[in-house]
Amino acid sequence: MHSDKTPASAPRSPARRRVSLGAAALIAGSMMPFAAFTADYPTAKVNTTGLAVTDDVVKVGILHSVTGTMSISETGSVQAEKLAISQINAMGGVLGRKIEYIQEDGASDWPTFAEKAKKLLVSDKAAAVFGCWTSASRKAVLPVFEQYNGMLYYPTFYEGLEESPNVIYTGQEATQQIIAGIDWIVKEKKAKSFYLLGSDYIWPRTSNKIARKHIEKLGLKVVGEEYYPLGHTQFNSVINKIKLRKPDVIYVIVVGGSNVAFYKQLKAAGIDMTKEKPALLTISVTEDEIRGIGGENIVGAYAAMKYFQSLPNENNTSFVKAFKEMWGEDIVIGDVTQAAYLGPWLWKAAVEKAGSFDIDKIRAASPGIELKTAPEGYVRIHKNHHLWSKTRVGLAQTDGQYKVVYETKELMEPDPFPKGYQ
Amino acid sequence: MFSDYTMAELGSIFAMQGFAGLSLFSVFVLMALGLAIIFGQMGVINMAHGEFMILGAYVTYLCSNLFSEYLPGLFSIYFFLAMICAFIASGALGMLVEWAMIRHLYKRPLDTLLATWGLSLILQQTYRSVFGAREVGVTIPDWMMGALPLTDIVEIPINGIFVMILTISITVAVYFLMYRSGWGKQVRAVTQNRVMAGAVGINTERTDRLTFGIGCGIAGVAGSAFTMIGSTGPTAGQLYIVDTFLVVVFGGASSLLGTIASAFTISQAQSSIEFFLSGSMAKVLTLLTVVGILMLRPQGLFTLKVRR
Repeated sequence: MHSDKTPASAPRSPARRRVSLGAAALIAGSMMPFAAFTADYPTAKVNTTGLAVTDDVVKVGILHSVTGTMSISETGSVQAEKLAISQINAMGGVLGRKIEYIQEDGASDWPTFAEKAKKLLVSDKAAAVFGCWTSASRKAVLPVFEQYNGMLYYPTFYEGLEESPNVIYTGQEATQQIIAGIDWIVKEKKAKSFYLLGSDYIWPRTSNKIARKHIEKLGLKVVGEEYYPLGHTQFNSVINKIKLRKPDVIYVIVVGGSNVAFYKQLKAAGIDMTKEKPALLTISVTEDEIRGIGGENIVGAYAAMKYFQSLPNENNTSFVKAFKEMWGEDIVIGDVTQAAYLGPWLWKAAVEKAGSFDIDKIRAASPGIELKTAPEGYVRIHKNHHLWSKTRVGLAQTDGQYKVVYETKELMEPDPFPKGYQ
Repeated sequence: MFSDYTMAELGSIFAMQGFAGLSLFSVFVLMALGLAIIFGQMGVINMAHGEFMILGAYVTYLCSNLFSEYLPGLFSIYFFLAMICAFIASGALGMLVEWAMIRHLYKRPLDTLLATWGLSLILQQTYRSVFGAREVGVTIPDWMMGALPLTDIVEIPINGIFVMILTISITVAVYFLMYRSGWGKQVRAVTQNRVMAGAVGINTERTDRLTFGIGCGIAGVAGSAFTMIGSTGPTAGQLYIVDTFLVVVFGGASSLLGTIASAFTISQAQSSIEFFLSGSMAKVLTLLTVVGILMLRPQGLFTLKVRR
């Protein structure tokens, strides 16, 4: 299929990045002698499909928007992926080969994503691609990855209803974020009635559909459900409606610039989330978004995610430390950023388990792979290519961080096609 | 849908909804005033209007940081100073843009659309490079957030009142400037007949530059005020541009009264439909109505009677 085996673009070196002590501590446990690999894994054996793998270098792609409207969200993912790659290189790379990345800019434009994905797979022969953020961009690149048999590590929590042999989903699908969160707030706050609110596109609508089904299954009431166009900045009418209906819980999936407008106006309208009622539960506001909203405007809100920067465990402490050393002291880390960080590590584990860079072998090796060093604790790849992970609830603080107030005992099973919720 | 509520509850909800409509109205007027001057008076289709607003928002952000760092004692009133700085910054940038770009295009009004659209992209990327791609949080003094509780349901947002007062004062100022001052007469003369105005001794170049600068400056003040209710990011200006043009075009481009009447109609329609139906439907119905009315009355709600 591809005759040209030389990569078209010159590789950039991630090795110049500083690598922290914390990172070394994180990975020291699984360190292996460097020389053993190259002898045991000759290039001809580990790369039978013409990927960009040589005796000492393997090339991967990073495909996110660094310009345009989505760069607000995707910058964190790029930073996390670069950190993971530099840490892996510092401990000897993958099968004795150093990872070099080729970064492409999707420019917040879905056809551009597809074009760049094709470039990464066809001319660069990237062994894996870490990228995409919105569902729209993932849907745009999906046919490319399936046609040219590439492997995409996709970091964002999303609506589910997808399971591709060429994608590993390192974020949560909808049920993992929603069900445990609602169960918790029903139990903890004795909530009886919910008001569902979201931005008007596929993720909030699908998620609210699952939320509504679950709430009704519990025998509780949804007193309102509403959607506003993306970029909407006036929420006074819906806030009045919320005041009139007096729900116990406001369940909010508003995204982007609307987020800031919504929380500021909610506060200005005198709804104080630090009081007992109404409680506000969101699945769309990470620490990243709070920077724009302002901690003082969202204090007291609950968020259901799998990761918070404040998560108290050793993996996370060294991850946060390494992240700040590489990208600056005042940076914040949200749920998706952590999920993006898992991508390169999961790929490395799959390559080592398969003993090969070939996509088909990685796919076969992926289900069952565990990552005990994940900042969120422990994750495992399900055979549906999503991750088993815990759901946690965080309480927003004035300083823009979440305090973890609950985590599920067990890992939540990913279920991208939930029966009875569609 | 009202059977579950008492009369008192209904009364207070209508009061609050009325206030929501009024505050949306003042937001629309504030957004549209600058554009009404630039588009209405000068005929320049300024697609970068939103970016001039966001410049005002960023100036406010810088002021808030400056004050909390060096003058924490005066933090509670920094907002007024920030608005003045926003006016000056956006106004100055506007005059620069007029001098460098717009003045070459007065004879080709449609080209201003492309040129200013390009300008808006350049400004967005500049903000992104300078302030970062992420949204920045502007800290608002405590007294400006929060609500005045009138009864236990009716609570009036303080920032709503603030925006309303600001809008009224700026509208009055613009009215006097445009219709009661010598400078306003010059502006209107230049718009109506550039050659003739020049012939009677009006410095048309200076008038154009000042007009454009003031329009942009007002956009900056609007942007500064909107840090209270919206987000501040490189592309946040795009959130306002459609509504702004809608208000100005619907009102009849060259009439201040038209802009106000149209802002009132659109805001009241939108906030009541939002209340009874849903957010997305409100947008659809409002746009449909505006399109319908514009088909019947292409010149907008109000027009000046001018001999052509």
